[in-house]
This record gives sequence, C-alpha cells and structure tokens, in this order.
Amino acid sequence: MTRPSHPVAAVLLAIAGLALSSAKAAERSVVFTNATVLPVSGPPIAPGTVVVTGGTISAVGPSETTNVPSDADVVDGTGRVIMPGLIDTHSHVGGGWGGDASSPLQADVRILDSINVRDSGFRKARAGGLTTLNIMPGSGHLLSGQTLYAKLRKASTIDDFYIRDAAGRPLGGMKMANGTNSQRDPPFPGTRSKSAALVRQKFLKALDYRRKVDEAKGDAAKVPDRDLEMEGLLDVLDGRTVVHHHCHRADDIMTVLRLREEFGFKVVLHHVSEAWKVADQLAAAKAPCSVIVVDSPGGKIEAMDLSLATGAVLERAGAAVAIHTDDPVTDSRLFLRSAGLAVRAGMSRDKALEALTLAGARMLELDGRTGSLDVGKDADLIVLSGDPLSVHTKVLQTWVEGTKVFDRDDPDDRLFAVGGYGAGRDQRAHACCTDERLSETK
Amino acid sequence: MVAHRLLLTAVIMAVAAPVVAAESPAPGLVAVYGDVVHTMAGPPIEKGVVVIDGGKVTLVGSALDIPVPPAATVLRGRVVTPGLIDAHSAVGLTGYLNQPQDQDQLDPAEPIQPELRAIDSYNPRERLVEWVRGFGITTIHTGHAPGALVSGQTMVAKTVGDTVDDAVVKPVAMVAVTLGDEARPGDEKKSPGTRSKAVAMLRGELVKTQDYLRKRDAADADKRPDRDLRRETFAEVLRGTIPLLVTANRATDIDAALRIAEEFHLTIVLDSAAEAYLCADRIKAAGVPVILHPSMRRGGQGDTENISFETAAMLRGKGIPIALQSGYEGYVPKTRVALFEAAVAAANGLTTDQALATITSDAAAILGIADRVGALRAGLDGDVAVFDGDPFEYSTHCTAVVIDGRVVSNEPR
Repeated sequence: MTRPSHPVAAVLLAIAGLALSSAKAAERSVVFTNATVLPVSGPPIAPGTVVVTGGTISAVGPSETTNVPSDADVVDGTGRVIMPGLIDTHSHVGGGWGGDASSPLQADVRILDSINVRDSGFRKARAGGLTTLNIMPGSGHLLSGQTLYAKLRKASTIDDFYIRDAAGRPLGGMKMANGTNSQRDPPFPGTRSKSAALVRQKFLKALDYRRKVDEAKGDAAKVPDRDLEMEGLLDVLDGRTVVHHHCHRADDIMTVLRLREEFGFKVVLHHVSEAWKVADQLAAAKAPCSVIVVDSPGGKIEAMDLSLATGAVLERAGAAVAIHTDDPVTDSRLFLRSAGLAVRAGMSRDKALEALTLAGARMLELDGRTGSLDVGKDADLIVLSGDPLSVHTKVLQTWVEGTKVFDRDDPDDRLFAVGGYGAGRDQRAHACCTDERLSETK
Repeated sequence: MVAHRLLLTAVIMAVAAPVVAAESPAPGLVAVYGDVVHTMAGPPIEKGVVVIDGGKVTLVGSALDIPVPPAATVLRGRVVTPGLIDAHSAVGLTGYLNQPQDQDQLDPAEPIQPELRAIDSYNPRERLVEWVRGFGITTIHTGHAPGALVSGQTMVAKTVGDTVDDAVVKPVAMVAVTLGDEARPGDEKKSPGTRSKAVAMLRGELVKTQDYLRKRDAADADKRPDRDLRRETFAEVLRGTIPLLVTANRATDIDAALRIAEEFHLTIVLDSAAEAYLCADRIKAAGVPVILHPSMRRGGQGDTENISFETAAMLRGKGIPIALQSGYEGYVPKTRVALFEAAVAAANGLTTDQALATITSDAAAILGIADRVGALRAGLDGDVAVFDGDPFEYSTHCTAVVIDGRVVSNEPR
C-alpha cells in the first residue's frame, strides 16, 4: 500500500486490480513543467512546475527552482495553463434518481444506488476538466435523498467512483429544495408555507428520535429500532452532512436561512437566481452560494429575475461563491464558459476561477484534499491550451489523483470532447473501458 | 486636418455618447467608429467608420477618409459588426415565463397546420426579444417551433417595435416542417406515429394541393374549390415562393427531406441537421442550405445524440451555406443567444470571419433578406452591433446596438 492514509486506494486495489493505473501512477512521479500554473490558492506561477508523486501533489513552484525527481514522467507544459481540476457542486450526470413519488421527504434514499458509471456524461465531464462532482438527485422533492461526492476516476463500478470518509463510507450531502419544483398533489406540498411546515415537522421527528436514542443510554431494550430515514436526517442535524438546497426566489432563499437558524444544519444554497436581491443578507449569514450561469432568464417563473451578475454581486457583498453546471442544464464540457460569463457580468477573474475549484471544494468540505494546487492535496489537475476564460481554450488533459483520465489527443476521448457519431451512447463508454482494462491486465 | 479634427470631436463626444444616444430616438445621423469594422461585404476595415442617415447605411470606410458632420450621434467600440441575425428562433411566440399564456409556438391539436401565421402570435414586447437584442441581435427569424409535422409559418422581424407591424421584415418567411422523432405527437394513438407515416402524410398534403391548384384553374367557376388557407399556403410552397424549413436531425430524416424536395421540386432549408456531417455530399449536391442547430445544443438520447461542436466547420469546409441559430428551448435557459452559439463554432473550426458570417451575411442570404441586412454597405439598413473586444470572447461586452439608425441599447452586456 503506497498510500495507507487513503482508504480509497486500498479499496480500489482490493477490487480485482481495477485500479491498476492508479497504482502505476503511485509508483512513478509525474512532472508538469514550464507551464503557467494557476494554483488558485495563490498567485500564478510562470513558468511553473507541478510534481505529482503517489497520486498527490509533492511540489509546486517556479520551474527554475523546483526540484524534480530524475526518473519522473515529464509532461511539457510550454504554452499551457495548468490549474486544479474543476469541482462541480451540482451535477445530475449518471442517470441517477433519488426519491420516488411516494413522499416529499426521503432522507433514506441514496443516489449512489442508481448511478450508471458508464454514462457518456461522465466522459464528457472529464473532457470539460471536471474532476470532482457532487452528484445530486432532483429538485422535485423537499428532500430527494443523499447526494454523492465522486472523483471522475476511470470506473467500472460506483465503488471506484465515490470519495470515502475515514471509516470508508461514501461521502455526500443531502439534497433539499423549495419553491415550485417540489410542489404537486398530496402528499407533496401545495404552497411554500406547507413546504416549510413539512420540513420542520420532519426535522422535529428526527430530534425526537435522537432524544429516544440518547435517553436509552445504550440500553438495548430501550433503544428505538434503526430507521434509515431518521439516521439520514440526524446526519444533517448533527452536522455530519451538508444540505445542498435548491432555491431560486429571494424569499425562498430567506426561508432556507430561517430553517437553518431553527435547526442548525450546514447548508449550501444552490442556483440562487435572486441572490442578487439579498446579497448582503447572504454575506452576513455566511451562507455559501453555488450559482448557475445560463444564457437567458426565464424558462420558469422562479428564474424570471435570474441575472448573469449574481456571482459578481455576491462577490462584492463578500459572500462565498461557487459555480455549478446543473448538467444537463449546462454542459459539463463548457463549465469554464460559466466562469467566463460571470466575469463578463462583473465577477473578478480570480474569484471566478476559485468558484470553479476551491470554493466548490470548501462547500463539499473536500478542500483538505482537492480544489487547489498545493502540496499534499490530491493531484487533480487540468492542462489547458490557454487562458481558462477564453472561448478558444481547450481542455487538453484531465488528471485525477495522478492518473490521466482524459486526453484530447486520444481519438476516443476526443469524440466525447467534441461530439460526433457514437458520442451519445453509453455503451460505447462501456466497450472502451472494458477494452482498456483488458489491455492493462495483459 | 479636417478629418482629424472631426475624429477628435468624435472621441470627445463618445464620452457622452450613451446620454446623447438615449435622447435621440429619431433615425438621424449616426456615426459608429471601430478599431476594426467587420463589414461582411469585404475585408475588415482597421479604424473604420459606419455612417447611417435616415435609417440606412450611407458610408462605410476608413475613419480618416470619411468626414462626419458634427451633428452626428457618435458611438465607438473596439469591434463593429453588422447587426446580428438569429437565423432561427421561436422567441416572441415563446415567452420567458414559460407559462401557458406566453407559449404560442406550437398548437398540438393537429399535425399539419401550415396556415398558422407567425405574425398573429408574435409579441414584440416579449422580454426575450430585448434580451437577445442586448447581445447585438437585431434581426430574428422566428415563428412556429419544431415539434409537429407542419407546425406553421415563420417570419423575420427586427428586435424593436411596439407592434408586429413595426418589427416585421418578412411576414411569411418559411413553413416549418419537422421530420423524425420530434414530429411524433405525445399521444401514441395520433399520427404520425412513425417516420414513414410522417413522410406519407406530408407527400399526401402536397399531392392534394396539386389537385387543388388544378381545380382552381378550372374554366367553369362552379367547379373551382372553396378557398382553403391550408391549400393556399402549400400552393406557395409548391410554387417555391415559400421555402420549407425542414427540421431533421438524423441522417435518415435529412435524406427524407431531400427526397421530398426532389419529388416536388421544392425550395427547402435544412434546420438543426445534427447528423449533417454523415450526408454532407448529398446536401451539397442538392444545393440546400443549412441553418445548423445551436452549437451548444445538448445531445441527450435520441435524434440529436450524435451532435458535434464541429459540424459547422465541416459543412462550411464542404462549401455548404450555413447559418447559426438560437433554436427553441423548452426550459432553462428559455432562449439561447446566437452570438454565443457562433462563438463556440469559432472555437471549433470556423475562423472568426466565417463564424461571424453565420450570424450576419450568410444568415441573410439563406433567409432571403440580404438586400436589407447582414452587411455594412451603403443602402442597407442601419443595423450595427458594437463590442469592446473580440465579439466571441466570453468576457467581451456588446456595448451598443443600433437598429434602423436608432440606438436601441447602450448598456454594456
């Protein structure tokens, strides 16, 4: 075990040698040289070098002064830009579904049980430079289930994909929503007030459950039966799980903050079409916002006042801002474009790049291991042909934990980057990965 | 020297230009200066100027050669282009709220309704019209959306005006036809339920119209058929005066469109055409232009699953006339912006000039409005877009928009 501190590596290797490429990466260092390096956590370094050892960043600095291992594989970054792999705080790639039509709150349901890792969307996400996704169930419920934090490693099962906590359990958040998407016929709510009441009642029930567990003081006769829904909600109420809350209208945003105040959960506000109307309140409440950037307002009444300047207004107010794809609403391959449009509308370049990387990592509580190019972090990085915010720039390579998972020079990868015959077929991704694995095991 | 002094005056005036412009609603004298002026009627002009008088372009050339009367409203920018053309949209029939009261792009009652006129639904005050105008779009080809075998007519409008009559450039542009999966109604008991059925229905309508025309020319007035709006519209299609705009994405459906056009000697324009790269030689041989899907349209599963960012460049390379479009969007975002779609095409194989042509001169030619818009040339409409950098870069702004000599937007967007 080259990385005993990383349970992920251990598990991957345990699964029939499926992570051979990771193991190879762990044995040999990779050096990216002479590039413009954008660490995000600090100023640009040009020409800069990034050294990757054992899937982790072991050095970052000016090319002139950074020591590199003599036997390393070298990626010449001349004329290239290297930055952290992009972090998408809100994605629906993988065809997963959360809760069904039986109830508006389903905290027991996990998206990880329904994701197809062969979905062509994952290949397109790698082509867009994404390395970490928060894969979410939809917004048609007040609470549609547990989300999954995944690394875009080459995967044959979902176990290869997700990020684990110290105990080896999958990491994720809890998806919630208010406003109109989750309103429908009973048992779903028909109004905003009813929505809030249903959520409050459910959290109160979970607090009751916790009280009974506490009062039992370990007495098996008194401990209530295990309840997956209650356990999911207590993960939220005890601060182990972050709520990812869909909301658009300013009043819906304030309702989320009101519920947070009452129950004390951690929350990231998603989409926030009208956040520009309550930016000062959001900044004062230290409520992190993950913004969607789309090409026009409307499409639904709640998005009628959507503004390209939301990120800029929040930045000026001092609120934490990430940007997400909401793929398929925006295309993962064009994630950099979202930051470009945010800059067009007034966001600073630095904060826009941070919004694609480190800010998202913080919102997923993964900033200890990804989101910036710093020594000790996972080697999740992308090689770009130029300025990350130029329309002409291409993602040339995507690396996850020291393994190259996308290469634009590879014809098969290129198909998913630009599209073409077969790019929409998930089966193609299947055939490709199987073939690759077979060749690796020879 | 005189020219120099005038230029200086222009620079000074430019500072106050937004205020001046906002207070000058009449189509008076306007001078638009650009470090680069893309006329689309010749090579780009460095340090150029476009002079508009009475709503029409009167002079285009080097700023040093063309004296400008001091009374002119002056605009300046890094890059000046003709007002942009969105070659296919549903904006104005489809509204941004996406509620039943602002959705008139498709009547699901019947599969074939060529008599539905776009002018009877178009809302010139729709917010999405103003939205796209802010990004330099001055002309839109809009109307009935894809989604029915024959959904209705399209029209061409300027993105200004309080009434459809103020806005309209061409009240009947094309008749919108959809082949392929999107032509299937939601109700599986309704036709067309298959691709073959859709083609049979369309051919049947055209054959009936041929009969109708024969009877209409009967010597005996009593034997002439009653007026029929549907037949009258199809008659124009058969005569070639109204082209069919055929939305077809799979190569199978593109082939079907070409087959029908050949059988009835129709003028057609292919729309969306996701798999056009599979049958480009046939399209080229048929001499049919393509209004290509938005570059960023999502493939998903189905007819557009094989969509590619590089189709525009591929078709252009074959010499097929192409334009780009915002298309029709059913959800968020409620419209795309043709400028952005051309930008992605420019990043995927088209040159800047070629990509610009897809939303200016080439779009105008395909829509049959090149005598009005699409280039900066004396005699054409005074429609101009001004940018503070490369129009296709994400972080560039459209800083001013002029339509028929009126400054209609000067908020950087």
